[in-house]
Amino acid sequence: MTGGLTSFWLQHAPVLSVVLPMLTAVVLLLIGDQGGMAGQGGAHDDAPLRWRRRISLASAMLGLLMAAGLVQHAATGELLVYRLGEWPAPFGIVMVVDRLSALMVLLTYLVALPVLWYAAGGWDCHGRYFHAVFQFQLMGLAGAFLTGDLFNLFVSFEVLLIASYVLLVHGQGRERFRVGVHYVVLNLVASGLFLIGLSLIYAATGTLNMADVAQRLAQLQGDQLVFARTAALVLLVVFGLKAAMLPLYFWLPGTYAAASAPVAALFAIMTKVGVYSIVRVHWQLFGTEAGGAALAVADWLLPLALTTSVLGVLGALAAHSMGRLVSYLTVSSVGTILAGVGLFTPQALSAALYYTLHSTIVIAALFLLVELIAAQRGEAADNLQPAHAVREPVLLGVMMLFGAASAAGLPPLPGFLGKLMVLQSSSGLPAQAWVWSVVLAVGFLTIVGLARAGVIVFWHVQPATHAGAGGSSPRLLAPVWGFMALTLVLAVMASPVKRYTDASAVQLSTRADYVRAVLGSDAPGRPTTRDYDGRRAAPAQEKQP
Amino acid sequence: MSMEFLVATGVGMVTATGIYLMLRGRSFPVVLGLSLFGYAVNVFIFLMGRLWTNASPILVGEGPVADPLPQALVLTAIVIGFATTGFVVELALRSRHESGSDHVDGHEPGGPRA
Repeated sequence: MTGGLTSFWLQHAPVLSVVLPMLTAVVLLLIGDQGGMAGQGGAHDDAPLRWRRRISLASAMLGLLMAAGLVQHAATGELLVYRLGEWPAPFGIVMVVDRLSALMVLLTYLVALPVLWYAAGGWDCHGRYFHAVFQFQLMGLAGAFLTGDLFNLFVSFEVLLIASYVLLVHGQGRERFRVGVHYVVLNLVASGLFLIGLSLIYAATGTLNMADVAQRLAQLQGDQLVFARTAALVLLVVFGLKAAMLPLYFWLPGTYAAASAPVAALFAIMTKVGVYSIVRVHWQLFGTEAGGAALAVADWLLPLALTTSVLGVLGALAAHSMGRLVSYLTVSSVGTILAGVGLFTPQALSAALYYTLHSTIVIAALFLLVELIAAQRGEAADNLQPAHAVREPVLLGVMMLFGAASAAGLPPLPGFLGKLMVLQSSSGLPAQAWVWSVVLAVGFLTIVGLARAGVIVFWHVQPATHAGAGGSSPRLLAPVWGFMALTLVLAVMASPVKRYTDASAVQLSTRADYVRAVLGSDAPGRPTTRDYDGRRAAPAQEKQP
Repeated sequence: MSMEFLVATGVGMVTATGIYLMLRGRSFPVVLGLSLFGYAVNVFIFLMGRLWTNASPILVGEGPVADPLPQALVLTAIVIGFATTGFVVELALRSRHESGSDHVDGHEPGGPRA
């Protein structure tokens, strides 16, 4: 029985990771959601609400287990290729699980499960269909990470974006709708550019299957090369907007600061979707082996990444509320990650992946923590201005200290290890001086910014004018502790995790294996499609687009 | 040649109009701009399968057939574009309701923010 289940799972694992959240969302929609703000008829603990929470949490837990299974399988180095409807690649849609995709899906669930737990502490009844939309968001994220087809990447982007539009305005309020309109309009424009980039790639290569594109990019010449390089740059704009890379990050601080705490924490993974896409498209497809189109964005990526990092941390220094502070730290950390990606060596990519794991978890923890602190500061909320003391200064102060030290990269926390790896991997490269000075300066300024916030919030206190709020509920504290334990695990397990990310980077740079796994063993070098000329192929050439 | 020039200019014009409208300050022109930009993008995808004259759009009998894949891509893009446009209209209406202004910044230019 278990043997049959395991083989069934192994056979269908990639698609199950997308289908599970989708089915859960459908069930949650069918159950319905009367919503009801707290205290307005809909009580916090009515039975349907409890069921929605249970179903959503159970599904996320199952998803986490499946993601762990994917990582376990991917760690063997074997690529899991799933052809939807058994259509042979490159004509049908494929899903591919390699080390990177599996790791990103696992990271998604590691962030999503505590966030969902936190949201079940009350946020989910501040609007309708929170859990259903949350599951749709997970579906889009899993789809984006697992797909092996560029057009499907676009479709997954749309799924996760539409879910994120709704999640962003969850809880409602004027400010959320205001930034919501900006966020939606920006992302719709980005979607249009995404389509332009994709169609340019199609014009150049005649295919959108990633393995096939990887193979054909190396053979391009003349005009088609211009198409391909243009496509790479257009797509960098699209993914740069998602990842919040200079000059496209200005939307992020206001948006994330306005979102409700669990949504902002979940959105910590959304910038990483942009990073993942840059790795997948610009690092892997347009990598060093892509012939004339190789490293099409290398001139741009590293300088932009380093500048993003610096401007992000300067924004953090100038922030007037803790929400904006953490948002700017998100921008800054994305800059550091993209610097690792932009060095275009496997060692640097491995370091960047390790740092991605760490920074996503820490940022998510900080977003939740900011709300816990804000809840105890009365009207001042998360604004950086003197107010009465928080109710639990020691507890929240220690958590804040831990999160700050981790975000700034103080030893022995994993942020330190991640930054050290980025520094190490850049040594000997021409950009070494730039990377070292920026990463170290940004680390220092991060400490200054967070110390400033800590001093104002915990020490610069005024006598309380009233009794103030109660202490934090253990139910809300647990997810934050969970995130912090995760970062500790990441530090303790640094060696195996680093081995995994090293292997991921190597796997991404050996494109022949990828092409062989997706297109078949005799694929490398053999053209899969010819330039489309409108005529039928002779019977000898069966393959027709 | 002239056909290519005509189509490329048309796409360029629609894109330019769309971008101009998107940069306006009221939400209605912005939504119109998004729609126009979406149309331009859809035609652009279509063109990337190259221009075909005198070819059937789908597989019928003998003779040349236009590249069918961009048609499928455009269909998907149209569906998604339609849904997102519907959503952004609804969101803009709600924002107008919440803030009392149809300006994308949520308040009249020069007016009070609160």
